[in-house]
Amino acid sequence: MEYLLFIVSDPAAPPYIPEEDNIEEWVADVERRGVSRVGNRLRPASDATTVTVRDGQTILTDGPFADTKEWIAGFDLIDVENLDEAIEIAAKHPMARFGRVEVRPVWPFE
Amino acid sequence: MTAEVSRILATVAESERLRIVATLIRLTGDWELSEDCFQDAVARALTSWPQRGIPDNPAAWLTTVSKNLVIDAHRRASTEQKAATRLAREIEIDAERGDEMDVPTTDDALDDDRLRLIFTCCHPALAMESRVALTLRTVMGLSVAETARVFLATEQTMQKRLVRARAKIRAAGIPYRVPPPELLPERTSGVLAVLYLLFTEGYSSGSGAELVRTPLADEAIRLTRLMVTLMHDSPQLPEVLGLLALELFQQSRTGTRVDDAGDLVLLEDQNRSLWDHAAIADGVAVLESAETVRQRLGGVVGSYQLQAQIAQQHATAATAAATDFARIAELYGRLARVAPSPVVDLNRAVAVAMADGADAGLALLDVLDYDARLASYHLLPATRADLLRRSGRFAEALPHYRRALELAPSDPERRFLQRRIDEVRLSGR
Repeated sequence: MEYLLFIVSDPAAPPYIPEEDNIEEWVADVERRGVSRVGNRLRPASDATTVTVRDGQTILTDGPFADTKEWIAGFDLIDVENLDEAIEIAAKHPMARFGRVEVRPVWPFE
Repeated sequence: MTAEVSRILATVAESERLRIVATLIRLTGDWELSEDCFQDAVARALTSWPQRGIPDNPAAWLTTVSKNLVIDAHRRASTEQKAATRLAREIEIDAERGDEMDVPTTDDALDDDRLRLIFTCCHPALAMESRVALTLRTVMGLSVAETARVFLATEQTMQKRLVRARAKIRAAGIPYRVPPPELLPERTSGVLAVLYLLFTEGYSSGSGAELVRTPLADEAIRLTRLMVTLMHDSPQLPEVLGLLALELFQQSRTGTRVDDAGDLVLLEDQNRSLWDHAAIADGVAVLESAETVRQRLGGVVGSYQLQAQIAQQHATAATAAATDFARIAELYGRLARVAPSPVVDLNRAVAVAMADGADAGLALLDVLDYDARLASYHLLPATRADLLRRSGRFAEALPHYRRALELAPSDPERRFLQRRIDEVRLSGR
């Protein structure tokens, strides 16, 4: 099953400690398992542009669609056996400690 | 004849339902269909058995008919004939496997559909109330209306919640399985937490007027016993036994916790001769076997065993005054290390007060005042008030009783606190 992991910042999370960021280890682990499809960091929300089309008009907004203190800092598409495996991989991601990871099953084509 | 059929059918359906439904869910992945087909099979038995006689093996009859109904339903629903044929074949293979029930099909002692169902219902990716609702409905076999009553919700709300929970299991890829060894300790604790929640909901309802709902507590004990059977060779068995013992000790007092007027009776004021001493003896034996198994398998004494040991101290004391509170305080100290919680600290403070005097207990409560998790917990001010009352400081006790009254969640507790307020006001004069 495919899951998209949203790597989300969390202002209430413990402060980020660069020495404890073991993202290379995490990437090596998902690659060894052969479950990673694609994944990357994202530029901050201040660099986002929100696009809306209403009555044929394209409206652009500078910034994310919702004005919150949390933003999506990255994403990883993984293909694993089941939710337990997705949870295990999400829990090992360093941002699960410094932020949070939302695990969303991909809606497959019927 | 018909009365005889109904009686036998009810017994067989009761004892076979969980096993049959759990297997159908594994084969089809369709929870509602599995429950419905089992119900339909029971309905068919009710018309067929009086005419054709009760089959030699009623359980096998119900299993076969349920499986056939599932295949039929798939055939009707599936535009693709192949899917139904494949399912029929799988069920056949499964039946061949099942014929050799006495021979373990795998080396895994935990290979049991009922256990798969229980672990899936209690998966931590589901909200706690969904876990409880699914367990009540699918594992315990309560109707939607009965499940709704436990939550004090409408049937419609409950139906929606169940549909949503089943949909998440399917869509989010929650596996229908007994967790692998590395997840088993954590997931077993999760299942035990759901069972204990069911038990305490039955034992003392969290809110509202009713204080004791025994049938649910009985059901929870039945399910805990089933877990003991199903987890018989697992390192988690001591904790399952610990939970069973804890439930038995608490259940032994059901009849004496509330008086005829529906008011709370404190442990120290209960008539101990009315306690269910068979249940207590059972609890003592279960807890002993938990310790035997734990010593054989190794591992630390878990939180349910410790809670059961505490309950055992209360249950086996000849009088309230003879209770070994020093031992209880020590057990709470150990429990706080295994499963830290401010409520455990609160209980330890009470035990310390009983063993070493009110001041020692009050000093421990002072620390808990700073714990935000207890900020609206009525038992913190109620405990402080009680310790002050016991040492004759009635005027000091009064504001704490009043604060507890504001926070108390149930009518009997509010009535109890009001009585205490009246008492200390009189005594304080």
